[in-house]
Order: sequence, then C-alpha cells, then structure tokens
Amino acid sequence: MNFEFSKEQDLLREQARAFLTQHCPTTVVRKILEGNEPFDRALWRKIADLGWMATVIPEEYGGLGLSYYELVVIAEELGRALAPIPFSSSVYMATELLLREGSPDQLRSWLPKLATGEAIGTVAFAEDLGRPTPRTINTVAEDGKITGKKIAVPDGDVADFAIVLVGSEAGNGTSLYFVESSNFSGETTDVIDPSRSHATLEFNESPGELIGLAGRGWEALNSLFDRAAVLFAWEQVGGTESTLVQATEYAKSRYAFGRPIGSFQAIKYKLANMYVKHTLARSNCYYGTWTLAGNHADLPLAAATCRVSAIQAYYYATKENIQTHGGMGFTWEFDCQLYYRRAKLLALNLGSEHWWQDRLVTAHEQRNQAA
Amino acid sequence: MDFNDTAEEASFRKEVKAWLQNNVPSDAELAGLDEIQQCKLWQRRKFEAGWACLRWPKEYGGRGASAIEQVIWQQEESKHAVPIGIFDIGVGMAAPTLMHWGTERQKLQYLPPLASGEHIWCQLFSEPIAGSDLAGIRSRAIRTGDNWILNGQKIWTSGAHYSDFGIIVVRTDATVPKHEGLTYFLVDMKSSGVEVRPIKQISGTSNFNEVFFEDVKIPDTQRLGAVGQGWQVSITTLMNERAALGTGGGGVAFKSVFELASQLTIENRPAIDDSQVRSALANWYCQESGLRYTGYRTLTALSRGETPGPEHSISKLVGASKVQDMASFALDLLEMAGALAKTEQARYFDAFLNSPGYRVAGGTDEIMLNILAERVLGLPQDVRVDKGIPFSDVLTGT
Repeated sequence: MNFEFSKEQDLLREQARAFLTQHCPTTVVRKILEGNEPFDRALWRKIADLGWMATVIPEEYGGLGLSYYELVVIAEELGRALAPIPFSSSVYMATELLLREGSPDQLRSWLPKLATGEAIGTVAFAEDLGRPTPRTINTVAEDGKITGKKIAVPDGDVADFAIVLVGSEAGNGTSLYFVESSNFSGETTDVIDPSRSHATLEFNESPGELIGLAGRGWEALNSLFDRAAVLFAWEQVGGTESTLVQATEYAKSRYAFGRPIGSFQAIKYKLANMYVKHTLARSNCYYGTWTLAGNHADLPLAAATCRVSAIQAYYYATKENIQTHGGMGFTWEFDCQLYYRRAKLLALNLGSEHWWQDRLVTAHEQRNQAA
Repeated sequence: MDFNDTAEEASFRKEVKAWLQNNVPSDAELAGLDEIQQCKLWQRRKFEAGWACLRWPKEYGGRGASAIEQVIWQQEESKHAVPIGIFDIGVGMAAPTLMHWGTERQKLQYLPPLASGEHIWCQLFSEPIAGSDLAGIRSRAIRTGDNWILNGQKIWTSGAHYSDFGIIVVRTDATVPKHEGLTYFLVDMKSSGVEVRPIKQISGTSNFNEVFFEDVKIPDTQRLGAVGQGWQVSITTLMNERAALGTGGGGVAFKSVFELASQLTIENRPAIDDSQVRSALANWYCQESGLRYTGYRTLTALSRGETPGPEHSISKLVGASKVQDMASFALDLLEMAGALAKTEQARYFDAFLNSPGYRVAGGTDEIMLNILAERVLGLPQDVRVDKGIPFSDVLTGT
C-alpha cells in the first residue's frame, strides 16, 4: 500500500505548474473571457508540444502510453490555472470514449491527431432543459444520417468531430455516432464561463458513423461519465486550491478595524472550512484515480464520490472567496469571478451535484447486490 | 499510488489473520470478566505474542513494525469484536509524548507496562476554568527538593477512576506569561491526595470525572521535558490525540444508516428511494470516504518519517459533526418511534445523546477551525489580551 504520487509524478506536477504559471496567468484566461477567440490557440500548441494530450494514448497511436496518474497531475494543474483550452472535451471525453468504444479504423484515424492536439473532439448529449435520459433524446439516425440538435456542447464550435448520443434506430435505447464537423453546424452560445467555449450543434441528415454497439449508447456514455468524473474532479480540486490560496492571501493583506481580516474568526472559519472540503475532495480523488487507473470494479462509486465532493468544495470555496473579498470580489476587475464561473461550469458540464449524489447511492446499492 | 498490498504486505496480513483467528478470546473466556479485565486479557495476550503497540521499538514492548504494518494490524483486528478502548489514551497519547520527550529511563520504566496492559493511563489537561484556553490552567505544582507538591482540580478525565497513571500539565510559575509557566508530569493516580469523582453526562452515564489533587507529591523524576516547557510537551500529546480521534461514533456510520434507509419506508416506498435521503447519504459517504483516504495519505506521510501535524484536526472536526447529524437523521427516518429509548435502533438514540461530547472533547470544533486557519493556512492570530503579560495579572471571570 502506498497512498501518494511517485517522485516522477511529483516532478511532472512541478514542471506543469511552472509552465502554466508562466504561460497561463489569469490575464490569459481573461483574454478569452473578454474576447472573441474561443480558446487560447498559442497555449494549446505549447501544451501539445509538451505532449499532454497524448498522455494516456497508447504509443502505437502516437501517444505516450502513460498512466492516469500522470493525466490527473496535469488535470489538477490545468484546473488550478483555469486554462482556457478544450482539454477536457478533447482528452477526458472524446479521447476516452474513442479509446473505449472506437473501432480499429476510428482509433487509427483519430487518436494520432488527438495526441498531437491537431484534432479536437467533443461529446454531445444534452438537448433540452433538465437532466438527459434516453427518453429525452430526440436526435435520430436514419441509414447513418443524423438529424437533431444538441445544446451546451463544450467546444462544439471548435471541435473537428463530435460523438453524438442518438435515439437508436431500433427505437429502444440509444447509440453513439461519430460525426465530423464538416457535416454539422455549430453556433457559439454564451455560457456561464465564457473562458470556455460552448456551442449548439445542428445536425441535418449529417453523415455519421456508429461508434460502439448499436442500442448501447447510454451505457457507454455513462461509463465515460464515470471515467471523466475523476478527471474533471482533479481540475475542480486544482481550482479549489487556487481559490483557497487567493482567499487566504487576501485575508492576510486586507485590514479592517486595525487588523488583518484573516485574524477574525468569521473569516478564519470560512477559510478553514474551504481547507476541509478541499482536503476531503482531494483524498477522494486519490482513490478515484486508483480505481480509474486499475479499471477497478469500484470506479462508479469512487467516481461519484470524487465528483460530488469536488463540486461541493469548489462551489463553497469560490462563493466564500467572493464573500471574503467583499465588494471588490463582486467586480469584473477582480479574478474571483473567474473561479466562481469555472466552478459552476465544471459542475454542470458532466451533470449536476444532485444527479451524482443519486449515482453515488445507486453505485453503492449495486455494489451491495454484487457482494 | 497503490491501494493494494505488496507481496510482503499480503504475507504480513496473512500472518496477522492467522494469529487473530487462533487467539481472539472466545465469549466463554470473557464471560464473568468486567470490561477492564477483558481489555487487559486481550492486551496481555497481544503483548506476549509480540502484537501489542506494533510500531514501538522492541525494547519498549513493541514489534518495531512499519506504519503500514500497523494499519494492516488495525484493519484485521477491527474485523473481530475484541475488547479494546481503555488503552487508547495510554497508547495513543501518553506513549507518543513519552517517546518524544522522555528520558531513556522514563521510557524503559513506563512504556513496557503500557504495552502489556498492566498500566492504564488517563489525561489530566482541562480544568473547570480552562478548556479551549488550555494554557490558562491554574492547578499548580511547587518544588520542594526532589519532589513537586501538586494542588488543584482537573476535569473531563476519561477513565480516571480506573487509571494507574495520568499525564498532567500544571502551572509551576505564575509570574511569567501563561504558556511559559507550565510543566508536564506523569502522575501516579494511586498517590495520596488524589480524589476522583464521576460526572454524569447528558446520556446519564459517567465516562469521565473530576479529579482533585491535594498536596499530591510527584517525584521530579516523573517530570517530562524541562521546567516551563509543559506547553510544548502538551502540543505533542494534543497532535496525537487529534490524529487518533474522530473515527469512533458508536456504530453510527454510512453503512448503518444506509441499511436503515433500505429497511424503512416513506409513503409505502423504500426510504432509500427518496431523493432527499439519497442526497444526505451521498454527502456522508463523501465525508466518510474523504476522511478514510485522508487518513491513508497521513499514513504514507508517517511512514516517510513525518510526525502528526495540525492538519490532522480535520478528522475529529468532520467526524464528530457527522455522527451527530447522522444520528439525528436516523431518528427522523424512524419518525415517531425515533423518540423511543430502547428499540433495536438504540445506537442512534445513544449517539444522538453522546455526540455533542465528540464535538467538544480533545478540542472543540471552534478550536479545530482556529488551528487549521492559523497553523495550516497561516492566518494571523486573533487579538489576545493576555499575550505577553504575567499569568498572575491575567483577568478571569468568576
């Protein structure tokens, strides 16, 4: 038993942090938030040069063939830096789904490009307000042609392909289709965190290719959610820690009533509670990562645990960070908003806290039945 | 990172399992013994076979085992319903403090009988006038030749009525600021002038006591650390206490509440299908698992030679409220019957009444938050009006 990262993984963390401190300060995040560019292309290219997108892709497909321990180290640092790039869509979602469900042809065509960052992928499932279920999916496929609309698709306007959840032709269940971007139209939409681009995708008899088993799309998507939840949670944990540091520094340097505000217990308790939630979420992520890396049967339970605790920690930290900053925290100028926005976006991209609480208990019930 | 045993660890676990299988006392063996006798029997048996206080060096009665081996032992021992508990303070608090601050002679004198279960220890820190502000204690010891004469009162002392020794911090100089005038001793609870009176708690039981000291003689050889160094020595005890606390809870844990919610119904449907119930359960699972893996990470740190630091306040802080909230929630699930004292679900009833104590004992929630804020996050101390002034000039209420 050994419950810590290896020296090599810690070294990777240091390198990633130093790189992002230099190349992704919050001014870079702000430039995307305030401008018209969907993501920071220069940063994306530099990260591609470092091979981060290639981390878990096998060497035969141009990847580095490393483990999820290395990927989560990178995820944490990207989350800490609020990196305005399509990494989560392309790496945690599209690459993961391809690796699990792709045909040999699909793997050969796309993994090498994903590994170099030359291609960006995304996964599109939601269609309407509220929680998606197989019954809410109205997008259809007829003879391999997809028709329908997907909303709130992360990086849908910059992706080279989308993997789309489609009502099954058999009329029973759902399937996943691989659709290249030349075959659909993506319109950028305003979102809660404009440093991360989102789009509405329209499919009009768009040629697509089945990925995975017909009629088993929902199952494949949910198994992807479990894997992605761990990776997302590390971004959330990184962001939470960054927020905690910001709040702590401010509380030490801001004075009121002749004292640093951090000497008041009302502020101390907020920050100590941030620390507690952050620590619990981080520790849950350790176990989640182990289940992900080893493809352990406990993954669904561990993933839901990571996700629920990371959502809660990040939300609490970012809202109380604004509160600690007082009026200044509520201004456009201060960076508090960047974390507050990102915390909510990450909490929504993969489904809400409430949904994952339900998944957690379901996973526990299933584990008990299996035992 | 690997949550599985290495080959070496697996073989150690096998050895532990086998020994436990053959040596855990049977019900027949324990019949007719009181709790203390039962605990002593089990501790003695472990000691004789080299399974007591695994991490301690062999010369002090331990096994010289690694931190991970200690965990494996605990994991396996906890699968059996063995009588443990009365040695928690001795093994978990007195021993690490002795190990760090004791002279070689003190270690050799006090540690082996602690490991063998011969001696039970208690902790004498809080006083009626000083709990959260522990450095404000007023029990005093005055030196006379090779002895100290102790007078004063301690409170909230678990197990004082059956303990052989106590770790105690007292004031030896009131003319200096409060943290500087304290000294730490090992006191023989059988000394003349020691009087123990039980305190009745909310639950109606009496697990802890008031302890009165009247001209109690303590030889200077029972002083731990230098004169005036008592605060630093106490911190070692408290860090170990907080690292050890927070995992109890009288059987109220996610698993038990999950099972209760699976058995009961709300509006003719299983309570577990109710979305509010699911949310609450999920949150507790997240806390419980977060604490478990935080504990595992601590072990890795300890096995690399680090000592328990202020960050361990977290397990007690989160664990105590969790038990209280889960107990209250479980009683709610029982609806009107939750008010009844002696049902098969009595553990929730008992935990509801006992859990307020968990949030106070070993440092209140508020003190834990202060420690995390000041010692971990580095936030400035609150204004302390007693700072830097002689203790004898510090204002006290009445």
